[in-house]
Amino acid sequence: MLITCPYCGPRDVIEFTYQGDGNRERPDPASQNFEAWNAYVYDRLNPAGDHNEIWQHSGGCRAHLKVVRNTLTHEISSVVFTRGDHGRGDHGSAARGKAEDKS
Amino acid sequence: MSPRRTDTGGRIDRLKTIRFTFDGAPYTGHAGDTLASALLAKGVTLYGRSFKYHRPRGLLTAGVEEPNALVTVLKGEVREPNIPATMVEIHDGLVAISQNRFPSLAWDINAVNQLGGKVLSAGFYYKTFMGPVFGPLKGTRFWMFCEHFIRRAAGLGSAGSAKDPARYERMNAFCDVLVVGSGPAGLMAAKAAADQGARVMLADLEPRFGGSANWSDETIDGAPAADWARRIVAQLEGRDNVRLLPRTTVWGYYDNNTLAALERVSDHKEQPGKGEPRHRYWAIRAKSVVLATGAFERPLVFPGNDRPGVMLAHAAERYANEFGVLPGERIALFTNNDSAYRAAVALKKAGAAVVAIADVRPELSPEMRKLAAEAEAEIFAGHAVVATEGGKALSGLKLQRFDMTNGALIGDARSIHADCLLMSGGWSPTIHLASQAGAKAEWNAARQAFLPPKPTQQWIGAGAFTGSFSTTEAIAEGRAAGLAAAGGQSTPAVLPVVEAVPGDPDPAPVFEIRAKGKSFVDFQHDVTAEDVRLAHREGFVSVEHLKRYTTLGMATDQGKSSNVPGLAIMAEALGKPIPEVGTTRFRPPFAPVSIGSLAAERFGDLKPERLTPMHDWHLANGATMYSAGLWYRPMIYGHAGETVEQAYVREAKATRESAGIVDVSTLGKIAVQGPDAAAFLDRVYTNMFSTLAVGKARYGLMLREDGLAFDDGTTWRLGEQDFLMTTTTANAGKVMQHLEYFLDVIWPELKVHVTSVTDEWAGAAIGGPKARQILAACVTGTAVDNATLPFMGIVRGEIAGVPVMICRLSFSGEMAFEVYSGAGHGTHVWEALVEAGKPFGLVTYGLEALGTMRIEKGHVTGAEIDGRTTARDLHLDWMLSKKKPFIGSAMMDREGLIASDRLELVGLISLDNKPLNGGAHIVEEVDEANPHGSIGHITACCYSPALGKHIALALVKGGKARQGTRAHVSDPLRNRFGPIEIVSNHFFDPDGSRMHG
Ligand SMILES: [Zn+2]
Repeated sequence: MLITCPYCGPRDVIEFTYQGDGNRERPDPASQNFEAWNAYVYDRLNPAGDHNEIWQHSGGCRAHLKVVRNTLTHEISSVVFTRGDHGRGDHGSAARGKAEDKS
Repeated sequence: MSPRRTDTGGRIDRLKTIRFTFDGAPYTGHAGDTLASALLAKGVTLYGRSFKYHRPRGLLTAGVEEPNALVTVLKGEVREPNIPATMVEIHDGLVAISQNRFPSLAWDINAVNQLGGKVLSAGFYYKTFMGPVFGPLKGTRFWMFCEHFIRRAAGLGSAGSAKDPARYERMNAFCDVLVVGSGPAGLMAAKAAADQGARVMLADLEPRFGGSANWSDETIDGAPAADWARRIVAQLEGRDNVRLLPRTTVWGYYDNNTLAALERVSDHKEQPGKGEPRHRYWAIRAKSVVLATGAFERPLVFPGNDRPGVMLAHAAERYANEFGVLPGERIALFTNNDSAYRAAVALKKAGAAVVAIADVRPELSPEMRKLAAEAEAEIFAGHAVVATEGGKALSGLKLQRFDMTNGALIGDARSIHADCLLMSGGWSPTIHLASQAGAKAEWNAARQAFLPPKPTQQWIGAGAFTGSFSTTEAIAEGRAAGLAAAGGQSTPAVLPVVEAVPGDPDPAPVFEIRAKGKSFVDFQHDVTAEDVRLAHREGFVSVEHLKRYTTLGMATDQGKSSNVPGLAIMAEALGKPIPEVGTTRFRPPFAPVSIGSLAAERFGDLKPERLTPMHDWHLANGATMYSAGLWYRPMIYGHAGETVEQAYVREAKATRESAGIVDVSTLGKIAVQGPDAAAFLDRVYTNMFSTLAVGKARYGLMLREDGLAFDDGTTWRLGEQDFLMTTTTANAGKVMQHLEYFLDVIWPELKVHVTSVTDEWAGAAIGGPKARQILAACVTGTAVDNATLPFMGIVRGEIAGVPVMICRLSFSGEMAFEVYSGAGHGTHVWEALVEAGKPFGLVTYGLEALGTMRIEKGHVTGAEIDGRTTARDLHLDWMLSKKKPFIGSAMMDREGLIASDRLELVGLISLDNKPLNGGAHIVEEVDEANPHGSIGHITACCYSPALGKHIALALVKGGKARQGTRAHVSDPLRNRFGPIEIVSNHFFDPDGSRMHG
């Protein structure tokens, strides 16, 4: 299986660590809603088809990625940083700029 | 010469003699021989005993699909079982033994199973041993009684217990075109793709490239096919864009055109070359794959078809043409198709007498009649073999007139004297990889075979793999596939011209001759045609259920030769056409794979090691090293004549009396930095860190989301936005990933950056009553007195001219300091500390003394934070802040996690003054004959020099309430029973007066 890291490019699955179901919603930290916490910690979707997953590029840039993977075909239709607008992208391009300076 | 070796012909080197042993007897063969061909040349007919009935078995094939002749290869103490003799290349010093026989191959006690007949039919194990117990020896209990005998009788080869010293490697490779199989189709594909400039890999499981060209007796462009193959290989060898992989089995086809292959690098050598691995595991990512994997010939199913001397027709052809060995002197053939006639001619040419060809078809083509005449063989058209005779070798067979339209046998049987019977039941394309790649095979009624499906990944088929069984077709398809795979345009070209005997590729639809006697479908698992029918009668209609019930196709050969005949017999029983019964999907591996090759560099001398900056100093100063994960740490610094216990007791005692120093560089260290660093730590730890003053450290505990304890350590506040977190050695990576997950996924708005700095810092912990004096003697640039450096305080200074950071914290319970320096300065600072400590009696100590002192103090480590314990279980509830939510706070108070009978941390004292063992159970009363009623277990133990007793930490049900009571240790595995006292886990200096000084 190949995952195309938005920062590093297409890489073999052995460079990544599965970090769980990407559909989970963490309750507000102060929330005492036990049902919500229980669902967050233990309930997992198990679809036959497209699945939202979190993967970490642990053997590469270490970014966490939101991956949409088809559990029947392993086809990956989308990969984005989990940080969204929170700066991982800027981070990446800054680091890439540095690498280009060196070459 | 050997009795069966021809004087000329074959690809073996008759001038090179090789010596080996089989079942202890010395044999010789020639360079180029397999174990099978060398033994066959010496007249060996018996190679093994069958799985269930212990019937004598000979060679059925000449290749990877061999179900019968499985041997164990011995290399020193290491035994590798279940290797087909057809796949073992002989070398000087080879030691091979036969399997599944007792006491010897020729005389086997269990052969009486044959007389039992029905006893071991399909489902025997399920029927006899499963189910309720009636009477003393039935059902499950009966199984337990018989298991010992049956395991011995029905096993394949036995695995060894010696450690395998061989080296294994893993290799990642990328190419434009991977060609699997090097017959004429594969060679043409590789050449065409290479001519286009593509990066090509060509893999074949045999040592010699060429596939059928090595034994077909055909000519290509006027030269023997084998010479043509050699010429193409020589052309490929010289090219930079081609990598040739002989002895390489491509065994798995995974997503994204990733294929797995096993290269047997040095199995065929007496000794591997320097640095050479035994096996190499290839992970190959190919833009395009050409599958040119050929086809397997199928046996016919008739009574006695498993007798030694009954062999597949092409296998005999191969032994004669490739190895110069005749499988018999008087040979008969039994076929449902034309390909066997080619074998008849080849064997005649090689010097055998071909006495008869029985063909189930009543009408034969003039071409086949001509070939039979060439072989001087009598033709029996519309006949079938109904029985074979002989014991450990074939002596004859019986023929009877056969009506292939209804399977009826007509008239009287006639006997034919022969020492070898060749059979051909048609051919099955080797579609395993295509099936693994993700599509269903398609039945072709003309070929009576499953043909490869339409590709769902980037592969192209060529040759016999596609059902095109002639070499002319293979060459054309191979070239076209190679061109297409390399992205080239198909251009007309003059193709090599093949001269071959004619033949119709379509067999007659006959799989089985139904006559009296055992007719085998799956030779390796001893499944007969009657077993398949019995399974059907008992209600098994799905092919998957049939496989499981009869174990058809589930042996180490994975039914390479038995799948299609098995399906055909099942289809007939069901009254359905074969495609409606369906075939099973093939799964990796295509052939058995060594576990060592999968482990590769994770094991043995290629395994990575992590060494602390002071590693060499430890070795030079008498440390015995201990491996902890990838790390190496000093266990003890033993003196001459000391036992491990004497050494750690001395080290721990000296530390508590004067001072000791230990390397703590392996602790995980993570820089947590940024404007929100303090807020982040408040969420990550159960206790507060935002209130921590700059220049101070605090002990912290982390929980998992589910509320169970995760890791502990101290975190140092170096600046307003700058923290240095330490973790346990074992959890460094996990904690890092945990922090990254929360920053990336849950709280991306927090402005925090985490960086692993484990390898950037060297750490030395120095503790004991004299520790402060030692520091005072060598630290410059700062005072280390109680006012400047209070408990949990941090100062910066210098030791021997290099900068250090010192934090006053204690794991040993003594007045203690952790001294951190840049990793490159680690040994320099360590030596300066050791030197400064000399006048004060400073000792170096290792993990054993470290563990002893922490047990005496009752501190927890990974043995107690085992993923099942809570903060309360470990008496760390004082660390659970009530002022803020933190990871795990919402889940930690669940009913089950606060129950009163949970395992809680306690201390134990051995009352009989004997040592305690980790993992031993705690019971309220000792019942040595029937140990029961565990109330907990020991997590860590030592002899405590401070207490003069054997002590332990343990997790005990309702432990706190039991303090002051007595119980027993029950450890039947190590035969240790004895009285203990349950006490607080704080054995030594419980009020901490020593470390607060
Ligand atoms: Zn990446």
